[in-house]
Amino acid sequence: MSSPCRASLLALVLLAGCDEQARDPRGHPLPETGPLLSAAMNPARPDPRAVDYYKNAFEVSQGQQLFQWMNCSGCHSNGGGGMGPALSDTKWRYGSSMADIVQTIANGRPNGMPSFSGKLTQAEMWQLAAYVRSLSQHVPQSIRSGRTEGLSVGEPSTLRDPHPPRAVTPKQDEASVE
Amino acid sequence: MAQRWPKLVLLVAVGLVVAALVAFLIIRGTGERAAEAARTPYEQPALAKTAAGAGAHPAGQWYIPAGDYASTRFSDLADINTQNVGQLKPAFTFDTGYLKGHEAAPLVVGSTMYLVTPYPNVVYALDLTKPDRPVKWSFNPHPNPKSQGIACCDVVDRGMSYDNGRLFMVTLDGQVIALDANSGAQVWRTPVADISKGETVTMAPLVAAGKVLVGDSGGELGVRGSLKALDEGSGKVVWKAYSTGPDKDVLIGPNFHPYYPSDQGKDLGVKSWPGEAWKQGGGTIWGWISYDPELHMIYYGTSNPGPWDAEDRPGDDKWTAGIFARDIDTGQARWFYQTAPHDLYDHDAINEMILLDMPVNGTMRKVLVQPGRTGFMYVIDRVTGQVLSADPYASMTAYTGVDLKTGRIQHNPAEVPQSGRVTRGICPAAPGGKDWNPSAFSPRTGLLYVPHLNLCMDHVYTGANYISGTPFLGVESKMYAGPGGYRGEMTAWDPVRRKPAWQIRENLPLWSGALATAGDVVFYGTLDGWFKAVDARSGKLLWKYRTESGIVGQPISYRGPDGRQYIAIYSGVGGWVGGLVSGGFDPRDPTAGLGIFNAVPDLAKYTGRGGRLYVFALPR
Repeated sequence: MSSPCRASLLALVLLAGCDEQARDPRGHPLPETGPLLSAAMNPARPDPRAVDYYKNAFEVSQGQQLFQWMNCSGCHSNGGGGMGPALSDTKWRYGSSMADIVQTIANGRPNGMPSFSGKLTQAEMWQLAAYVRSLSQHVPQSIRSGRTEGLSVGEPSTLRDPHPPRAVTPKQDEASVE
Repeated sequence: MAQRWPKLVLLVAVGLVVAALVAFLIIRGTGERAAEAARTPYEQPALAKTAAGAGAHPAGQWYIPAGDYASTRFSDLADINTQNVGQLKPAFTFDTGYLKGHEAAPLVVGSTMYLVTPYPNVVYALDLTKPDRPVKWSFNPHPNPKSQGIACCDVVDRGMSYDNGRLFMVTLDGQVIALDANSGAQVWRTPVADISKGETVTMAPLVAAGKVLVGDSGGELGVRGSLKALDEGSGKVVWKAYSTGPDKDVLIGPNFHPYYPSDQGKDLGVKSWPGEAWKQGGGTIWGWISYDPELHMIYYGTSNPGPWDAEDRPGDDKWTAGIFARDIDTGQARWFYQTAPHDLYDHDAINEMILLDMPVNGTMRKVLVQPGRTGFMYVIDRVTGQVLSADPYASMTAYTGVDLKTGRIQHNPAEVPQSGRVTRGICPAAPGGKDWNPSAFSPRTGLLYVPHLNLCMDHVYTGANYISGTPFLGVESKMYAGPGGYRGEMTAWDPVRRKPAWQIRENLPLWSGALATAGDVVFYGTLDGWFKAVDARSGKLLWKYRTESGIVGQPISYRGPDGRQYIAIYSGVGGWVGGLVSGGFDPRDPTAGLGIFNAVPDLAKYTGRGGRLYVFALPR
C-alpha cells in the first residue's frame, strides 16, 4: 500500500471518531417524508432516521434553538417542567423513543400538549426530539450543547448531574446512545 | 521575662474568651428581647372598620370565598378564642380523591358544606347534620382534559359562590355552571373561555346584584383578558369588559374618571402598546373581586401584560397590571389605577382588595387596601381611585417608592431587566411580595393579616414568539429566598398607622389564605402542612396541627347544625410554587416552573401530594 493511501486511510479513521460533530457539507439530505415507524408499533425496529439526529451535535443544537423559539421552554422550562411535565427525569407518559417524541410534537397529546403540525418541518421535529432526549441525558455529554443561544440564568446543561436518569422503557430505547 | 510572656498571653486569651462570651450573651439577649417584644400585644386602638354595607354575611355561614363583599375573611364567631384554641381537634376529614393544588375555600350554607376540587372541578355537597358527614350529592362537569396543559401553574380552582339556592362554579376549560344547591342538578352552563387561545379559568366567580362575575387565566399565554358578567338566572353574558383594546371593548365611557392624568385619554388600551400587541396583551382577571353595594361598584385587578419580556411591548400597556372600579350593572369603568405601568416583572394587580372605612390624615375615607404583588401596601380611595398611601411590606430592591402626585411606581434603574444581561437580586420576585392567597381583616384589631412571600430573582429577557395556545413569555428567571434566608412571612399590618404590628417568619413561602375570627385568633397554613392558630394581637403561636400535605387553601369558619364553631381548611399542596410536588417537576433545572422551583428545591422533603379537607372543633 502506497503511503498517500495509508495517510488517507488514517484520515478516515480519525474522521470516524468525529462523527458526533459531523455535518456533511455536500448536504446529504435527511429524509423529510419517509414513513414514520412508531417504536410503539414496532419496538424491534427503531426509526432509521433517529440516529442521524440524536448522534449529531449540530442537530441537537438546532433542536435547542427550536425549543426556545417554539415556546416549548415556556411549559417545559429547560427540562424541569412547569406548565408541562419535566423532560429531564425518567418518566415518559407517551414514550421516550425518538419516534414517540416526534409523534408527540406532531400530533399533540390529550392532556394539553399542543400539535405543532404545520408549524415545523419533519426535520425540525426530529431535531427537537433529539434535544428533548438530551435533556434527560439520553445522548452523550459530548453532543449536548453547553449553552443556549442567548443568555440564561441557569448553568450549562453539560454541568448538570452527571448521573443520568434512565428511561423506564428500555425496550423502546433501542435507538439509544450506548 | 521568659515567664511573663506566657502569663500575658494567658491573660489576653482569658480576656478574649470573656469578651466573646459577654458579646454572645448580649447579642443573644437582644435577639430574645426582640423576639419577646415582637410577641407583645399590639395595643393601638382599632381605627379601620369594615366598609359599611359590604361586611354583612349570614350568621355562622360562608357563602363566598372571602366571607363578605368587603373581602375581610372575618368570622364573627368567638367560641374558639385565644384561651381555648390550644384544645382544637379534628372533628372530621374528607378525601377529595384528587392530588393537585387545593386552593379553594369550602362554603357552608345551612347544614351543607360545598367543596370544589382542582381539575376536574368536581363538586361535593356534605351533609353536616350526620356524624359521618356523608356526601349528599356530587357533580362532575367533565372539563376538556387539554385544559390541564394550558393552565399556567397547576390546575387549581379557587372556589365557588352561593346565592339564592344556587351554587356558581367554573371549570378549568372556562365553563361557568349554576347548580341547584339542594340536588346538584345543573341549571345552566355557559362557556366563557377558549383553550385554543390559551384561555382557562381558575378564579372563584363572585355573585352579586344578580350577576355572576368571572374573569380568565392565561396571562402567560398571550390571552386578551376580560371580565364577564353573566345573568344569575339565565347564565347569559350581560356585559364583557376587556383589559386591552379600544375604549368600547374595555367599557370605558363618559363615566370613566381616572384620578391620574396618565390614565386619561382615548383608546389608551390600543395607543399604549406597539402595533397590535394589545391583542395578545394579557391583563387577565384570575384573582379576587370586591363589591361595595352602597357605591354599586366592583373592584378587581388585571394581570401582567404579555409577554413577560417588557422590551417587546414599549409603552404603559394599559389596562394591564392595575385596578379597575366598575359599575356592576353596566360594567362601565369608573376609575383605573395602574400599579405597574409597563410591568417588568410579572407583578399582576389581581390580589384581594379589602374594603375599609378608615381615617386618613384625620378624615374618614372610603378606601380599598391591597397588599400588592409589587410589595407595596396600597391604600386607595375607592370612590376616586386616588392612592392615599403605598408603603413597602416586603423585601424590595426593584422599586424605590410610589409617587403619590402622579401615582407612578418608581423603578430602581439597576434592577431593570434587559436582553443581553442577567439582572440579579430583583426583589420582590415574579410572584411578588404576595401572590393570590388572600389576607384577612379583623375589625376588632383593625389589622390586616397578610400571608406573603420573601423571594428574590435573577431575570433575563430572551424575546417572545407568539404561538396561539402556547406560553408567551420571553424570559428566563430563577428565584431564591430573599434577605434573611426565610421564604414566607405572616405580617399583621396596621393600615391606618402604615406599619406592621407584628410579623412571623416562615421557612417556606406562604401560599395559603388567612382567616380572622372574633375570638381574636388568626388561622393560616404552611407549605409543609402545618395549620396554625396565632393570637391576632401579638402573633403568638397558640396551636398547630400537621395535615397530610402542604396547605394552599383558604380557611373558613362556620357554626354547625349542632351549634358548635368549626374551622375548615383544605390540605393538598400545589399552585405555582407547590406545583413542584403536585406536578412532579424537576428542581435541578433552576428555570423550572418559571424559575420558582429553584426557591423551594427542598419542598419534597416536607410534603407529598394530597387532597383532604380538615375540619376542627373544640372537644365537647
